[in-house]
Amino acid sequence: MFKTKKFVTMALVTILAALFLAGCGGDKASNESSKDVLAQIKEDKKIVFGVKHDTRLFGLKNPSTGEVEGFDIDLSKALAEEIFGKDVKPEFVEVTSKTRVGLLNNGKVDAVVATMTITEERKKEVDFTDVYFDAGQSLLVKKGSKIQSIEDLKKGTTVLAVKGSTSSINIREKAPETTVLEFENYAEAFTALKAGKGDALTTDDSILYGMAEEDPSYELVGGTFTEEPYGIAVKKGNKELVDELNKALKSLKDSGKYDEIKDKWIKN
Amino acid sequence: MDFSILTTNMDSLLEGLKITIIASLIALLGSFILGTLLAVMRIAPFKPLNWLGTAYVEFIRNIPVLVIVFFAYLAGNFGGMTAGTIGLTIYTSAFIAEAIRAGIMSVPRGQMEAARSTGLTYGQAMRMVILPQAIKIVIPPLGNQFINLVKNSSLLAVVAGGDLMYQGDLISAKTYVTFDTYVFVALFYLILTIPLSLGVGYLEKRLARSN
Repeated sequence: MFKTKKFVTMALVTILAALFLAGCGGDKASNESSKDVLAQIKEDKKIVFGVKHDTRLFGLKNPSTGEVEGFDIDLSKALAEEIFGKDVKPEFVEVTSKTRVGLLNNGKVDAVVATMTITEERKKEVDFTDVYFDAGQSLLVKKGSKIQSIEDLKKGTTVLAVKGSTSSINIREKAPETTVLEFENYAEAFTALKAGKGDALTTDDSILYGMAEEDPSYELVGGTFTEEPYGIAVKKGNKELVDELNKALKSLKDSGKYDEIKDKWIKN
Repeated sequence: MDFSILTTNMDSLLEGLKITIIASLIALLGSFILGTLLAVMRIAPFKPLNWLGTAYVEFIRNIPVLVIVFFAYLAGNFGGMTAGTIGLTIYTSAFIAEAIRAGIMSVPRGQMEAARSTGLTYGQAMRMVILPQAIKIVIPPLGNQFINLVKNSSLLAVVAGGDLMYQGDLISAKTYVTFDTYVFVALFYLILTIPLSLGVGYLEKRLARSN
């Protein structure tokens, strides 16, 4: 008798836990569309940009200064100043390919400027600005590797990629025979490549150039095999903020400030 | 809740579940053997063995398991799943060793002395007299360690081990339905850990009765 009772209690606790978790999922949706992001930025006098912390040239945390540096960061600062003047302080929060959509939706970041490719699939989840940078997917290999282009990725080869990036989806389409291993971020994927865990690393050329610069015994091969237009992502339904960002982006391009920032970081 | 996530990705989730189970089972067995060995080393009447055992336990249990899994992956020529399982075994064995040592220490000293006086060697006395008594005492803490082990196996995801967490990462990246995906992943882990928890409770009661 006692035993049955205990089992029932245990089962009930399990079911309750499951229901609780399920309940959390439901609540989230109703909180989402609470407030206009642009109004919130003006009220708080700060705009939070989600940027990469592990991507050389675009967003990399400098360990000696603690500052995040790169094209995405400089562009974000310039955009914030263009739209809001000195009133609104830009702040930076780390996002990864995996976390950026979630952080936008729960309001932890206002805009994601993090080497994010505009895709139809993503447009359903977030709103994008105009293209701010044109990249293309390529391959990074150790110099002298037998892999020289995407055609060399046959059965038995291993390609390293990053979870949540378009490149991991593209590579499965373009080279269906190859094994794809996915890591948390670019630093880990590059470390795995160096440790010989794969034959090539794939992502946007702009990011791979940064890695090849860091370790010259690696090189890009085969040119680009996709187009990766980067856009700034904001939470769905914030057209005003998108318009402001587009306007600012255009005037930065017109004034030459955009090229100045781009030349500072991207040499090729 | 978006149940279509569950139905359309069932194959990869089950594949992940399979790898999580296999990795956990191997690491469980490995860390139990290695942990027992380490515990015996730490209390053996031979100083260098004591030092070796103590050094291992103190060193390993003070490093985050994530770091150990990374080392295992990058240092050796293993795939993610193998390296992850090795890392988990190395880490968990340190805790198992401590639990078992505590159990052995709680068996009264007189037991060892009595066993030795009947002519048993140290090894025999340990195997036939001390360890069988100690094992009953250490069942609850060992059970906790094994449940931790199953949960820690989610670290295979960071070395592309293909486990449940890794599959969850990929599904949420692909679909952007992050929250719901991880709710399902959590439920899959519960399927593994709740029976384990109940099993330990049952074993504990049974062994207590046999006293």
